[in-house]
Amino acid sequence: MTATGGEAALFWVLAPLMVLAALGLLFVRRAVHAAMCLVFVMVSLAIMYIAQEAAFLGVVQVVVYTGAVMMLFLFVLMLVGVDASDSLTETIKGQRGIGLLLGLGLGIVLAGVVAQAAFPPAAGLGLANEVTNPVGLARILFGDYVLAMEAVGVLLVTAAMGALVLTHRRRLEPRRTQRTMAESRVRALPRGVSLTPQPTPGVYALNNAMDTPALDPAGEPVEASVPRVLRIRGQQRSVGALLESERATVEGE
Amino acid sequence: MEVTNYAVLASVLFAIGATTVLLRRNAIVVFMGVELMLNATNLAFVTFARLHGDLTGQVLAFFVMVVAAAEVVVGLAIIVTIFRTRRSASVDDVNLLKG
Repeated sequence: MTATGGEAALFWVLAPLMVLAALGLLFVRRAVHAAMCLVFVMVSLAIMYIAQEAAFLGVVQVVVYTGAVMMLFLFVLMLVGVDASDSLTETIKGQRGIGLLLGLGLGIVLAGVVAQAAFPPAAGLGLANEVTNPVGLARILFGDYVLAMEAVGVLLVTAAMGALVLTHRRRLEPRRTQRTMAESRVRALPRGVSLTPQPTPGVYALNNAMDTPALDPAGEPVEASVPRVLRIRGQQRSVGALLESERATVEGE
Repeated sequence: MEVTNYAVLASVLFAIGATTVLLRRNAIVVFMGVELMLNATNLAFVTFARLHGDLTGQVLAFFVMVVAAAEVVVGLAIIVTIFRTRRSASVDDVNLLKG
């Protein structure tokens, strides 16, 4: 057995925080925050495993759960959209009340039964962990449970295949290469589409912003040199006003 | 350290996970509730392994972890597929079988 006082302190520090974080899963609005709460619970659980003489499981908990599973969760959250927050409308009437009641009831029943039961003092794993915890686990895993171990291996491969098949998307149209894009642009020439990039905005003595049109060789403003969005919003500046203000600045000096 | 404390903590975490599954609408958060329930059972496994001085409980917790990892992979793939076709990750929007 480990030192009881230290473990009790660890438990009473971690347990309330864990319950708080788990409640965060229930009440937090954003899915990313819920994921962070769950990460906290899982890391605390890993610490508890190590305190309970399950060093191997503690490390596996950190590597597999917080390292792989939760990162997968975060990847999918990013894919689905981080700010996809919950809708608060109830589709089934009174579902929230019933769900809360059921959850509370389950918690009270479980905790009540467990608290009522009288457990003998823990036997401790000192004897079983004599050859170190991972070795002891491996002896059971590859002794009594070798068939289950292989079944789990098959399960993992099947799950990986399933994920590949589920997320696979078949290409419905031919791939767009540089050549096809160039050809389509040439084909669009008769419709007045330009083959070359649009001209850049004008650069003047005191001004080279996006909203100032360039001048062509004849000194006329080139409409297409201002981005289309600015033109639609009516935010482009006229060349006349621009040149006028530049001259005023130069003569003022 | 008493076994009871750990067991009560495990049952509280399990109940919170179950409530999350019942109440939340976002499919990903519902999934996190399932994970929380699995973790709570793992804590109980580890606690009782120590109570009995037998490592078999830890081996079972290890199996739970592996199966949970496989489950997450497939479940999240399903969520991504549903999101692609329906543009939503809410469990309420999956009503294709509704008459």
